[in-house]
Amino acid sequence: MNQDVYVVIEHLQGTVADISYIMLTAARDLAQKTSGQVVGVLLGYNAENLASTLAADSVLYADHAALKEFSADAYQKTVASLIQEKEPRVLLFGNTSIGADVASVLSARLSLPLIGSCVQISDGKLISQICGGKIMAESELAETTTLITIIPGGYKAEEGQSENSPEVISFDAPALDDLRIMLKSYIEPEAGDVDISKEDFLISIGRGIQTEDNIELADELAEMLGGTVCASRPIVDQGWLPTSRMVGKSGQTVKPKLYLALGISGAPEHVEGMAGSEMIVAINMDPNAPIFDIATYGVEFDFFDLIDPLLEQVEEAAEG
Amino acid sequence: MKNIVAIVKMVPDLVEELEINEDGTDLDRDWLRLIINEFDNHAIEQAILLKEREGGEVTVIAPEAEGVEDMLFTTAAKGADRMIKLEGDFEDGVNNHALARAFAEKTKSYQPDLILTGVQANDDLDGSIGPLVAEYLGMPYVGYISGVTIEGEKALVKKEYPGGLIGEMEVTLPAVLGIQAGEEPPRYVAISKVRQMMKTSEIDEQEVPELDSSGGIAANRMYLPEAAERAEMIEGDEGEIAAKLVEIFKEVGAL
Repeated sequence: MNQDVYVVIEHLQGTVADISYIMLTAARDLAQKTSGQVVGVLLGYNAENLASTLAADSVLYADHAALKEFSADAYQKTVASLIQEKEPRVLLFGNTSIGADVASVLSARLSLPLIGSCVQISDGKLISQICGGKIMAESELAETTTLITIIPGGYKAEEGQSENSPEVISFDAPALDDLRIMLKSYIEPEAGDVDISKEDFLISIGRGIQTEDNIELADELAEMLGGTVCASRPIVDQGWLPTSRMVGKSGQTVKPKLYLALGISGAPEHVEGMAGSEMIVAINMDPNAPIFDIATYGVEFDFFDLIDPLLEQVEEAAEG
Repeated sequence: MKNIVAIVKMVPDLVEELEINEDGTDLDRDWLRLIINEFDNHAIEQAILLKEREGGEVTVIAPEAEGVEDMLFTTAAKGADRMIKLEGDFEDGVNNHALARAFAEKTKSYQPDLILTGVQANDDLDGSIGPLVAEYLGMPYVGYISGVTIEGEKALVKKEYPGGLIGEMEVTLPAVLGIQAGEEPPRYVAISKVRQMMKTSEIDEQEVPELDSSGGIAANRMYLPEAAERAEMIEGDEGEIAAKLVEIFKEVGAL
């Protein structure tokens, strides 16, 4: 076993995903502890150029037509053969639509331990965030090659980017025939009536809004503030707002001047899409809601008791 | 489509306050209120939608836990044909590797064409259940799914990527799918219908002799987050809070 920290790079439609840079930053922390190198693992087809922005000591690149688009099957086979050949100390995967389809399968296939939802590495200890961000769990690398999935929140993507193109070393993908998972096509997101990633003032609603009818209250407030209503996942899954209004992991990443979070607990999947807001104001009844850990201002109060006086005063201010 | 299996588990209800046990190594499970993993609930809905569209039978499997019977009878009221409760050493909490092995072993006998489960659960610490079950059964796995169509020996699934992008993937059956959202929100069933199921249907209890948790990591320590910076809390009555919020809205130029 070597002491290197491998990062399985994620990319889609020719663009390296931010989680890859976040993982490279985390890998640097871990590599200092293991006294190894940070090695990017890039799988693709004519995609070698994607290595150029990665802050890695080197990049292992497999070029194969079957790796042109993400197929969990092809990724699993390629990374499995790489692990068996090189035996790295650690492999990092995103806890994402790409990484999560690969990491757990490899844990079962190769009997390697897996630590999930790691947000930060502190002095070699792995800090995972579970229960919607309400519980932290600390663990250590196992004796064997350890697989880790990373969630955003602990590291800045910019720190994982570099202008010094790392050395790229090619490796052969194994036979990738008879794949059981194949991309047929991409369906681009439907353009909504508004692009929430470009709005200055967002009024965002979560589970705490309770019923579809209550969305009117947020609409009213948004109208007075010249803002737009958006939401966390559960609201969109209920069909109360269109997907184009969803903030978070599978939705939009927003950076408004004001993000007013109404009844949003602040689970990591949501925070990922709004942590870059200039100002976050959170109203939530639960004093332990993780949203208060990232908000600029917090209000621990029942939104339904607050909304009437708030609408009144906002209206007065708007008229005055 | 013949056999659809939904594998589900109960997880901590995050609306309640969570506490850590005396050792500081796990949640304090004595007082934990449990609810069905919300993504598993979507997986059940997707299973029943597929049954309604394509025919077949839906089997729901869950490990024993506080409230699991009510949850299983609720799925029966929604249209599940068979409910299975796994019995074993589950009460102190087990990791997903152990659970996945138990699920895989019990699922085999139903010869599923399709296994659906939630893409993740809030207490996952060692990866999610779906891909582990898939690998133990030698089936392909695709996660982050928000739509499933059956086309003969294959499933055409909608896989979610960041920014609202969808990858339409073709998967060879039998397969395991990690459901992010069903095509419809989980349906509501009246309590009376659930009560009726309690009288007319039965939960099949199956023993899991031994749990093998290897591959999953046990945390050395669990703790509540200590935020480096916490929001400045606005105190007062409704009127005072509203006034302060108006000031903030003015400050950022929204008023």
